[in-house]
Amino acid sequence: MHLKYESQLREPLVYGDKNYHQVTEDIVRPIEAKPTRLWYIGFYIAVCLLLFGVYAIYRDVTYGIGQWNLNKTVGWGWDITNFVWWVGIGHAGTLISAILLLFRQGWRTGVNRAAEAMTIFAVMCAGQFPIWHMGRVWMAFFVLPYPNSRGPLWVNFNSPLLWDVFAISTYFTVSLLFWYSGLLPDFATIRDRAFTKLRKRLYGVAAFGWTGSTKHWQRHESLSLVLAGLSTPLVLSVHTIVSFDFATSVIPGWHTTIFPPYFVAGAIFSGFAMVQTLMLMIRKIFSMEDYITVGHIEAMNKVIVLTGSIVGVAYLTELFMGWYSQNKYEGYTFWYSRANLFSPYGWSYWGMMACNVLSPQIFWFRKMRRNLFVTFFMSIIVNIGMWFERFVIIVTSLYRDYLPSSWSVYYSPTIWEIGFYAGTFGLFFTCFFLFAKYFPVIAIAEIKYVLKTTGEGYKGRMDTIEGEKLESFVHEHAH
Amino acid sequence: MAKKKFVVGCFDDEAVLFPAVKKVRTAGYKIHDVYTPFAVHGLDHALGLRETSLHTAGFIYGVTGTTTALSCISWIFTKDWPLNIGGKPHFALPAWVPITFELTVLFAAVGMVLTFCYLCQLAPFVKKHHFHARATDDLFVMVIECTDKTNTEDLKGFLVANGAIETDIQIAEEGWWLGHYDKDEMRFEAKQTVAA
Repeated sequence: MHLKYESQLREPLVYGDKNYHQVTEDIVRPIEAKPTRLWYIGFYIAVCLLLFGVYAIYRDVTYGIGQWNLNKTVGWGWDITNFVWWVGIGHAGTLISAILLLFRQGWRTGVNRAAEAMTIFAVMCAGQFPIWHMGRVWMAFFVLPYPNSRGPLWVNFNSPLLWDVFAISTYFTVSLLFWYSGLLPDFATIRDRAFTKLRKRLYGVAAFGWTGSTKHWQRHESLSLVLAGLSTPLVLSVHTIVSFDFATSVIPGWHTTIFPPYFVAGAIFSGFAMVQTLMLMIRKIFSMEDYITVGHIEAMNKVIVLTGSIVGVAYLTELFMGWYSQNKYEGYTFWYSRANLFSPYGWSYWGMMACNVLSPQIFWFRKMRRNLFVTFFMSIIVNIGMWFERFVIIVTSLYRDYLPSSWSVYYSPTIWEIGFYAGTFGLFFTCFFLFAKYFPVIAIAEIKYVLKTTGEGYKGRMDTIEGEKLESFVHEHAH
Repeated sequence: MAKKKFVVGCFDDEAVLFPAVKKVRTAGYKIHDVYTPFAVHGLDHALGLRETSLHTAGFIYGVTGTTTALSCISWIFTKDWPLNIGGKPHFALPAWVPITFELTVLFAAVGMVLTFCYLCQLAPFVKKHHFHARATDDLFVMVIECTDKTNTEDLKGFLVANGAIETDIQIAEEGWWLGHYDKDEMRFEAKQTVAA
């Protein structure tokens, strides 16, 4: 008997004829088994990168951020580029977990847990850049408004940079709460089947004593729904506020009203690319092909081609406005500093165009959307492209300012700037590898919830029921 | 703490569980709780539980966040330390929208999660009585509270007849479930005296 019915035209979200227990087995297996060699290698590389990043930051604090190649004209370089890039990556996780929950998209269940984890780790990485960019990092707490002995001297609540402090910290907190509240039932599942004392103890602590009581589930559902409802405007606000960092300034190339939607679309675009990269790895390493199906990959590729095209329209609109405004500074930034391939940074603009606008168009073809190699390759390309986008926005707007004598023709990063960026990759993947080993990478309870509606085995049987019904219907009514 | 007796019936299919819940309730037994591995929609209604008010609490927390942000910022920028920022008004409401919004969301989310944990009595190191280890895996575990008059063998047979694959009698302490357990018990006793 089925409590719900889903059209046969929809692909199953869970392949194989599985029951509830099998779902638990499949998802908990990697946690209970010893890590594979591949996992150790990946983890080792990630930790090495992280250590290099720590050393780079150690040098930043010791010698000051003068060891970066920033100068008075290009005051924001790789650091803020990387900040915006990482924040953007985080957005896909919230989109999948919150917005798709509100839109009742069943396919989110297979990928939401890992995508949310990605969000949290990406925001952790993003936060590093503004913090260490402060230089005198031991005064970082000055950004917090609290009654102090300096007057009290308050922060500037009218400044987008302070809005960012609130936006990013709220985003991190809410994402973490949303993610962890979803994890409670799954930790309880692992606790109740643990066969070592240590595991039972650790997951018992992590599960907060979850029992699966009906009343608790009722509250849990209400909590998830409201948190999703809160996260949806929150995620849109976060990248809107990040775009305000630029849009409220008077720098040609930044002073643009389309920045908020353009940034949000770009964030979702790059985030989905990163989700693809991670999901393809997870489904391969942990053999989760039944849960992260080609249908999931295809759905995400559709989002990529949509948001990539929105971003493309934004690029063209900017170029148009650069001409249409008849403002010579705007025109110079857009048509010379960016769109002219032979200007010093023209390569980055065309790199961005090629990666973000042109290449994702292959996802109009179903065969390409469902091709895992193409998807993996494209996910890397899109992430590179979106990094270029932020670089273009920041550096090409800055390097030729209003005063030609202060033009800085070539800004290129030092090894310590690159090392810092590499270090955040280390942080991200260290966290992600630990997550993949010790956390259920797929939301077990949510998969069970959709299993009888969209599981392949159940759908198969529903087909015969449907067929019988149709036959009897024809038999009775088509005289 | 006083110990209580419970009859536990395990079901492996939610489609069997629903009619069983209905029959057990109609027969006059008091279902203490049903433990499920995932959120079974409609089960709360079948058990006669009232809707949760958690979202209302969330709204109140959100409004608290909004007022906190607006009152703090306006006091700081108009009374405590009026800063001249480009000659713009001290009371710059549009510029405060982002932070006000963020604090609204932050207060609502944090408040709701804490309330959720308090209501469900969830916290690290909390230990509860688990009626069946597979309740978080693949079984739907119906727990029925016994009184002195309950014939447990009859009840077990009744559960099996309604599709339970496994039945059991368990003694659990009262303290394992904090919340309104005691109040429910009082009401039950009051009813008994009226009937007598």
